[in-house]
Amino acid sequence: MALFNIIVFPGILFLVIAGLWFEFVDRRMYARMQHRQGPPWFQPLADFIKLLAKETIIPEDANRFLFTAMPVMALTATISAFFYIPLWSPRALFSFPGDAVVVMYLLTIPTLTFFLAGWYSTSLYSMIGAVRSLTQLFAYEIPLFMAVLAPAMLANTWSLAGIAAYYTAHPLMALLNVPAFCVAMVTLLGKLEKVPFDIPEAETEIVAGAFTEYSGRHLALFRLAVDIEVVVAGSLIVAMFLPFGLALPWYLGIIVYLLKITLVVALIAILRTIMARLRIEQMVNFCWKILAPVALAQLLLNLVVKGFLKP
Amino acid sequence: MSKITIPIGPQHPALKEPASFKITLNGEEIYSMDMRLGYNHRGIEKACEERSFIQGLYLIERICGICSHSHSTAYIQALEELAGLQVPKRGLYIRTLIAELERIHSHLLWLGVAAHEVGFDTLLMYTWRDRELVMDHLAEIGGNRVNYAVNTMGGVRRDLTPDEIAHILKDVDTLEERTKYYAQVATEETTLVARLSKIGYLSQTDAEFLGAVGPTARACGVDRDVRRDDPYAAYGDVQFKVCVDHHGDVYGRVLVRVGELMESYSIIRQLMKNMPDGPIAVKSPRRIAAGEVYSRYEAPRGEDCHYVKSNGTDKPERVKIRAPTLANWRAVRKMIEGNYLADAPIIIAAIDPCFSCTDRAIELVRPAGAETLTWGALRQHGIDWHRKQGLDFAELNKKLNTQLGRVK
Repeated sequence: MALFNIIVFPGILFLVIAGLWFEFVDRRMYARMQHRQGPPWFQPLADFIKLLAKETIIPEDANRFLFTAMPVMALTATISAFFYIPLWSPRALFSFPGDAVVVMYLLTIPTLTFFLAGWYSTSLYSMIGAVRSLTQLFAYEIPLFMAVLAPAMLANTWSLAGIAAYYTAHPLMALLNVPAFCVAMVTLLGKLEKVPFDIPEAETEIVAGAFTEYSGRHLALFRLAVDIEVVVAGSLIVAMFLPFGLALPWYLGIIVYLLKITLVVALIAILRTIMARLRIEQMVNFCWKILAPVALAQLLLNLVVKGFLKP
Repeated sequence: MSKITIPIGPQHPALKEPASFKITLNGEEIYSMDMRLGYNHRGIEKACEERSFIQGLYLIERICGICSHSHSTAYIQALEELAGLQVPKRGLYIRTLIAELERIHSHLLWLGVAAHEVGFDTLLMYTWRDRELVMDHLAEIGGNRVNYAVNTMGGVRRDLTPDEIAHILKDVDTLEERTKYYAQVATEETTLVARLSKIGYLSQTDAEFLGAVGPTARACGVDRDVRRDDPYAAYGDVQFKVCVDHHGDVYGRVLVRVGELMESYSIIRQLMKNMPDGPIAVKSPRRIAAGEVYSRYEAPRGEDCHYVKSNGTDKPERVKIRAPTLANWRAVRKMIEGNYLADAPIIIAAIDPCFSCTDRAIELVRPAGAETLTWGALRQHGIDWHRKQGLDFAELNKKLNTQLGRVK
């Protein structure tokens, strides 16, 4: 049963399908908001298959091992993070005290693989993209951690399943975390490298950033990893900040869960429709001067509330 | 981080045409820039000397895909002055109308490109959708979206029906409404303003010293517009304001272009209201008396200059074209220094560059050990090279011919 869970549902196969589906949802919404037709539903899958069939070129000077290993690393890290997140019930597939930290850590790994992939491609565009990825990581990671810390602190546990159980018991407490939710949504754009924070892959400046030298199946795996990261990071946000409907029967629970992920994807699509790409130093400024203080204020609020609630 | 040089071009997603910019970076900051142009040299000036005046017109129209009418009008004005032709009023009005329609679609296109360069694709999609309205009218009048071929010696080739006039007026209203909205977006959207203001600064002194033209110069406070300073076509009959801004940065260039869009709508309304009746062209001679003329025209990108010299035959002795982009290149180099790499594409795009209009001649950059080949030697070299790779086209041809039963 555990093997079925890992490989088929809600594991790898489900994640791949969901990743491709939500890429379609994102692209379609983005297109419709721009008065465009947008792609048909199978476009992400078609892109994936086409890329798999294409020739793979590895630059002569690149480190072959790292160049080929990085897409797999990114994919593995995102998929493993998924198993610790409670989806439509307060229980996750695997759980232990402190798994929230592990999930956050696993979600940092894709960014590191982007950096290593770009750096070892030994192309100028990739290197600049790689350095930008890392710079951006230092800007959004702290506010994101603080934002995720807030609901955990209120629930008094570092286990995602424990947090879900706490908010199922006290649903109104989730409303306290709205500022942290906003911070998490914005930093998520940075993590997923979407407009306005798609600085590491700004196509008009550095072609495709860290992915410039990638082609064929390696690029396909990287793109799949990014698609899956959207679902996994979205699930994390949903589990932390929108813990509603977890007590429902499983078939209703799945629908509610998918609707919640759609909401997160829609928010991402709207935000990237209405904004221009920032410069890297504007992004760092914004994260440290606005997002970090908001996240800190949220922590303070939660501490005070916790003090009052203590019997 | 030590200084690194990053190439933008000759092939790069930010560039719509090939050109090479070598940018030396100090971290993310631009230390200096080296430009290599000339990848699109087509030898149009020389080709004009081999063709008759009127054949040259069609060639000149193909200099640029955006401001095709600008180049053809600048050229035809020179010819008409040489030949002493008096173009009928209605012809001039139609010519001016096309010029303003062209300015509208060019500026809308630029607004979209500028938005794309800073990663704001939504504005790109919106402006390019609206640009289609203008393109449709140009196609309706001239039969073509890009090369309208409206000009001819002594006037224009196409007349306007009252129906067409009504259509254009209706769409101008729609466009005005939309442009107001874009002006609001460009001046109020926080991330867009953050990306456009205070970058690519050029002072008024520098703009004058480096010879910048068009919206690039006007955004630095240089109050210069050929349409007002040296009226041609029907510009003497219409009232309009020259948009000048004192920001001196890319944001200022956006304001100037949006302002010019609004002025264009007003010019079109005035032209339509006062459109005189009568013929649209006069008959023109094939041969033009000897002489030389220098013609100026305010293209969407700036002042476009054509010089035509005739020796009394039906072919020009010399045609010299100075496209507006050529005048702005030196300003780009000044503007880009000290900015971030992220701003390089938008600063280059801010002058609305048109590489193929500009590229005149190429200089051979000769590395050590290079040799110059004649055409015949180059051909032989190609044949030998392929033979060495095991590909003999002569053999292959023979084989093919025998297979097809076409033995000579």
